[in-house]
Amino acid sequence: MKIHEHQAMEIFGEYGLPVSAFDVVTSPAAARAAAESRGGSVVIKAQVHVGGRGKAGGVKLARDAGEAERHAERILGMDIKGLTVEKVVVAEVVDIDREYYIGIVVDRATKKPVYMVSSEGGVDIEAVASETPEKIHKHSVNPERGLSDAEAAELAAKIESDPLVAAQVADAILKLYAAFVGSDASLAEINPLVVTSDGIVRAIDAKMNIDDNALYRHEDIAAMRDTSTDTVELTKARELGMSFVKLDGNVGCLVNGAGLAMTTMDLIKQHGGEPANFLDIGGSSNPDKVATALEIITSDPKVRSVLINIFGGITRCDDVARGLVHAMERVNTDVPLVVRLTGTNAEEARSVLADHDLMTADTLDEAVEKVIALAGRDS
Amino acid sequence: MSIFVNDDTRLCVQGITGRDGAFQTKGMIDYGTNVVCGVTPGKGGQSVHGVPVFDTMADAVRETGANTSITFVPARFAAPAIIEAAEAGVDLVVAISEGIPTLDVAKVYQRLSELGTRMIGPNCPGVISPGKTKVGIMPGWIHSEGPVGVVSRSGTLTYEVVDSLRRGGFGQSTVLGIGGDPIIGTNFIDALTAYEADAQTEVIVLLGEIGGTDEEQAAQFVTEHVDKPVVSFIAGRTAPPGKRMGHAGAIIAGGKGTAQEKIEALSEAGIPVADRPSDIPGLIAAALGRK
Repeated sequence: MKIHEHQAMEIFGEYGLPVSAFDVVTSPAAARAAAESRGGSVVIKAQVHVGGRGKAGGVKLARDAGEAERHAERILGMDIKGLTVEKVVVAEVVDIDREYYIGIVVDRATKKPVYMVSSEGGVDIEAVASETPEKIHKHSVNPERGLSDAEAAELAAKIESDPLVAAQVADAILKLYAAFVGSDASLAEINPLVVTSDGIVRAIDAKMNIDDNALYRHEDIAAMRDTSTDTVELTKARELGMSFVKLDGNVGCLVNGAGLAMTTMDLIKQHGGEPANFLDIGGSSNPDKVATALEIITSDPKVRSVLINIFGGITRCDDVARGLVHAMERVNTDVPLVVRLTGTNAEEARSVLADHDLMTADTLDEAVEKVIALAGRDS
Repeated sequence: MSIFVNDDTRLCVQGITGRDGAFQTKGMIDYGTNVVCGVTPGKGGQSVHGVPVFDTMADAVRETGANTSITFVPARFAAPAIIEAAEAGVDLVVAISEGIPTLDVAKVYQRLSELGTRMIGPNCPGVISPGKTKVGIMPGWIHSEGPVGVVSRSGTLTYEVVDSLRRGGFGQSTVLGIGGDPIIGTNFIDALTAYEADAQTEVIVLLGEIGGTDEEQAAQFVTEHVDKPVVSFIAGRTAPPGKRMGHAGAIIAGGKGTAQEKIEALSEAGIPVADRPSDIPGLIAAALGRK
């Protein structure tokens, strides 16, 4: 789960990181008032879940409160990569002598958290990683022991030579790791971590992604979820524990299992169709889930046909078939369905569906061809 | 032969008294798996489908000589359960549990590495050596004994492919689901190493999906260390970037982990990539014919 910069700044603040002072506002007038309280000169920053907001004009420096109001006016409501800016951060201006990057991700290859620090802060760190990888220092952290003071000091020494400043950087490195572990983050970074001309270290940016699997033990963070851009369908799917991703095509699909669901989409595309969605119904054959999934898919008026592809392993096909019958009674749709149920109890499933006017298929290839033919019909 | 599990597997089911645990225990016993014990704290002394239940893994291993555990313990209690199994002395833990926090899995992996215990999963369907033993939740009846070793990040996609193999007349030495999470105990390279050394396995099927770079690393490894033919399939060619496709690990992040990159890496390593699951038996026949 992504959280906003200001939410990450609040969490970092709780862990004692030297975060610059800020307010979160939703109106130009409030931006003006916030700027006045900070002496006029502030930075206005759009709060959206996409990168590259600076390039898109979502970050502006204001010299006085009037300019803060005008910038906020322009940024609020702005569209950045398809997302509307609903709120902005009004942050104090920090005088910057040098900028660093510090960040932690879970590394799939080493199966450990990996710390990255760089003296090239304030810029796109992925560009630094691909162009000048030697400027990023990496360190794997033993997840059982955590990060020691000595390891933090060693990392800090790689990017800062002044011992007084390096001690502050090492402290920030330790506290960011504490925030990362304490919040069950999958990513935590400060870019840039700045040093002022007085030699003071400040975090003027914050980014954190949280592991969805761990949200059950972080109610406060779970409550930070920004649902303003979520559709009703996405929310419904999430509530029932189904994975749903909307796509642009006209062939809907309802599948059990993520790998098979992706494969079903891929085959639709390969046979000349366009998938309308990814939907993994999970291991359950609960009739309500099947019905809701079908409602979610057919609520898109572009969808011309739907493929139901279930490989019964533990999920029994006859259970799914009964769920489907129930779903068709509940869901009022003219969209034609192609049903492919194979695996455990597929025979019984066929007899459950025999009385219903449904197109069936034995193999995945056959099912995909049929569902595309239906989608192409009189369109 | 087979990899990781065989006729010597003596299985303990962690979470045996739960709904899934009890149901799957029956399925494994029916397949012929030697299920010697189960563990649920506080339920010691009971029995499930004739299998004795213990309070702790230490008791279970001491009393029954279990050498492998499979865990159905709910996600929030799974990490300590896996470590308990390893500390009790089993060689292999198959973690079916879905939704364990990633940092917990990182800690578990670290501890198990120190103890020398292998973990398969988490969030996986398990492992089956057809005709010998089933330590997992896959439908046993679609499998049969034969020369094909399968390793996969997915569950039902694996069943789909095994069913294609069945229709194509190819049995399997072992079918292994390694799981869809970002951190997993056993990866493609571990499986490739084991299949390369396994006498029964003549050809390897690698089923990958978007996210991470495990398939690229596997391709590199095959070039350097695997003589047996490998064929593959990658799910997620149409997956949009930045969206998690069901599995926690199946996400194209920062432009990395696309199906296209993986297909290119595999092709460059001389590994044929099937366009669809039903093409896999043909690729296997061609690979075996070349030998």
